[in-house]
Amino acid sequence: MGPLFVNEIITQGTDFLFAFLIGIGFGFVLESSGFSSSRRLAGVFYGYDTLVLKVFFTAALTSMLGLLFLSLFGWVDLSSVYVNPTFLYSAIFGGVVMGAGFILGGFCPGTSLCGAVIGKIDAMVFIVGLFIGIIIFAEGYPLWEEFYKAMPLGSPKLNEVIGISQGVLALIFVLVALSLFWVGEWVEKKFPAEKY
Amino acid sequence: MRSEKHLNPYLGGVLLGLVLIAANFISGRGLGASGALKSVVISVTNTVAPAHAENAKFYKEYNEGHPEGPMSSWLVFQVAGVLVGAFISGALAGRLKLKVEHSPKITSRRRLIFALAGGILFGIGSQFGRGCTSGSALSGMAVLSLGGIITMMAIFGTGYALAYFFRKNWI
Repeated sequence: MGPLFVNEIITQGTDFLFAFLIGIGFGFVLESSGFSSSRRLAGVFYGYDTLVLKVFFTAALTSMLGLLFLSLFGWVDLSSVYVNPTFLYSAIFGGVVMGAGFILGGFCPGTSLCGAVIGKIDAMVFIVGLFIGIIIFAEGYPLWEEFYKAMPLGSPKLNEVIGISQGVLALIFVLVALSLFWVGEWVEKKFPAEKY
Repeated sequence: MRSEKHLNPYLGGVLLGLVLIAANFISGRGLGASGALKSVVISVTNTVAPAHAENAKFYKEYNEGHPEGPMSSWLVFQVAGVLVGAFISGALAGRLKLKVEHSPKITSRRRLIFALAGGILFGIGSQFGRGCTSGSALSGMAVLSLGGIITMMAIFGTGYALAYFFRKNWI
């Protein structure tokens, strides 16, 4: 049955309409969870607020398990779902640069959009930065194209690489996430937040 | 208390996970943000500097791969939705307020300079990572993508590694 668009059950126009509705859900959940606040987001790196850890990993687990169950019931064909390609060096380097951007700027792109739309000027400035960054990448592209496309590994899934089933990997993620939540609750007590 | 104003984080996580499942079930893809900003950059370049867009490799490669045009993209519609959804949430919770949010220990000016620098880095990094925290890390994790999980660990690992040096900005 699913994915509906890939299996041509809905047209591209309908798919774009759903994209807009899904976006509304995405933005609503991010904002109402507190992701429009850079101070709450940055808290995860200092222990005074582990909101990011809880929301991010609960969301990852929910969707990971949900998709596995939907696939088990035959409702969604996981082989037709887009899996991001892996270019090893670029994936690591990009993550490192984004991590630095996160600790300096206090936002990521999605959360800055949420912050900006409710009036956070720091989020608006962050978005200006995003555009500048993308333009820098685009203009300098010939300089780093080779690096960007180095070590293409296709679109592997982690469980294939380490040779276990998706279910076992998901179970490992559940256990890791539960321990992270436990650590998160513990550090929040240890580093109490000031009110803000 | 701060926690009372916002949704319970575990509930928020489950809801976000359900949104991500819907994206995969309906459209066969995950969520994102930086991709739509890239579409805007390419679209503006195509319009204001068409000669440059035809010659510079980045734009040329994108335009050849996307004959339908940069704005005819799933992520552009999704990000338009994000703006609406976040605005509705902020309006309902009474959080619509023009302000620079920063630690009381630093000035607004310092916060904005760092926000700009962080945005520039995130913009560059999201291109190398082929997606940002939503598109690469979160959506990648949901489908167990190796690249997404690597990028996720690199983002958080670097954040922790650098946290000490920028602590004055936050605590």
